[in-house]
Amino acid sequence: MAETSGNGKVIRVEVLRYRPEQDEEPFLQGYDVPFTDDMSVLQGLQYIKDWLDGTLSFRWSCRMAICGSCGMMIDGEPRLACKTFLRDFPAGTVRVEALAHFPIERDLVIRMDDFLAKLERIKPYIIPKEERTLAQGEYLQTPAQLDVYEQFSSCINCLLCYAACPQYGLNPDFVGPGIMALLHRYNADSRDGAAVERMEIAGSEAGVFNCTAVGYCSEVCPKHVDPANAVNQNKTRAAGDYFLRLVRPKGGAK
Amino acid sequence: MNTPDPRRPYVRPMAGWWRRNPFFVEYMVHEATAFFVAAYALVLLVGLLRLAQGEVAWNGWQEALRSPWSVAFHGVLLAAMCYHSWTWFRIMPKTMPPLAVRGKRVAPGVITACGVAAAVVCSLVALVLAWGATR
Repeated sequence: MAETSGNGKVIRVEVLRYRPEQDEEPFLQGYDVPFTDDMSVLQGLQYIKDWLDGTLSFRWSCRMAICGSCGMMIDGEPRLACKTFLRDFPAGTVRVEALAHFPIERDLVIRMDDFLAKLERIKPYIIPKEERTLAQGEYLQTPAQLDVYEQFSSCINCLLCYAACPQYGLNPDFVGPGIMALLHRYNADSRDGAAVERMEIAGSEAGVFNCTAVGYCSEVCPKHVDPANAVNQNKTRAAGDYFLRLVRPKGGAK
Repeated sequence: MNTPDPRRPYVRPMAGWWRRNPFFVEYMVHEATAFFVAAYALVLLVGLLRLAQGEVAWNGWQEALRSPWSVAFHGVLLAAMCYHSWTWFRIMPKTMPPLAVRGKRVAPGVITACGVAAAVVCSLVALVLAWGATR
């Protein structure tokens, strides 16, 4: 196998290693990887693990940009390793690091406990506006109602937007772009009735107003979710809730 | 703090974060143009103050504006403000709820172009009015 891969081309892959049981801090380790034009960065890492250094740790699953597992910093940019190709680094070297702004668990594996806790808090599921029995039939929705939230439902939780958000890096309490996109996905759904509950999180100290509209989250999103748009739409809504509360004392903001 | 985590997660420092990516450098540059907008507001405020102090002070202020240094400074302010406006309208589509015209989503580029066009028209109207008022 090792002999068949490669057509004479070799790329130097610099990987940020961190082995918590023996390293004080991360360090770069280089590997020479033979490659063909159809090989992704993920396949390069798999080559390293299979043939050069079995101790290298990284997350992956689907290899086709839908599971959201292989997000990493590739030459300083948050990318999916499966959607980035070794042929696109003509200088013959590429640097691969764990996703920025997250604690490193080991090598390229980040710790996502914070994201998962936040995800749970926003109740990322439809809480029906009105309960219907099976006999009453399905919840209907028009194409126009679908269009309002469809792009936000494309989120694959890959966390590239968090690695692109300096405000999250500076203040990890910030709810962040991905969670706001998912929060908005359910709030904007015509079948859902829990927007007031979720807006408590959007309008909180850790909520949308931590965003300074850098906009890089939307640039790096591999699914064109445009999380910056979700965050900023909810700035307007959170501000509205804040002022409406003065005239209607049961708004979402506290 | 709590008991040390046996998994020893490594948290990377954020110092110098904005130099790590060209996108962040551009962000800092366009945010910094806000200082130029503030500087021009100060120039105008000083003018108002001089006007309140009487004719001599007002004429002195106008004289100061005509100096080559002042003209050059205003050139820099104008350039910074143009860039400021452009970056402002560039991000505008990301800050708005979806806009539909006759059932179709308006493209982000169109929203930016409309914003820039509105800024140009307003600036020209202000320029013509000021021109007319001072002649």
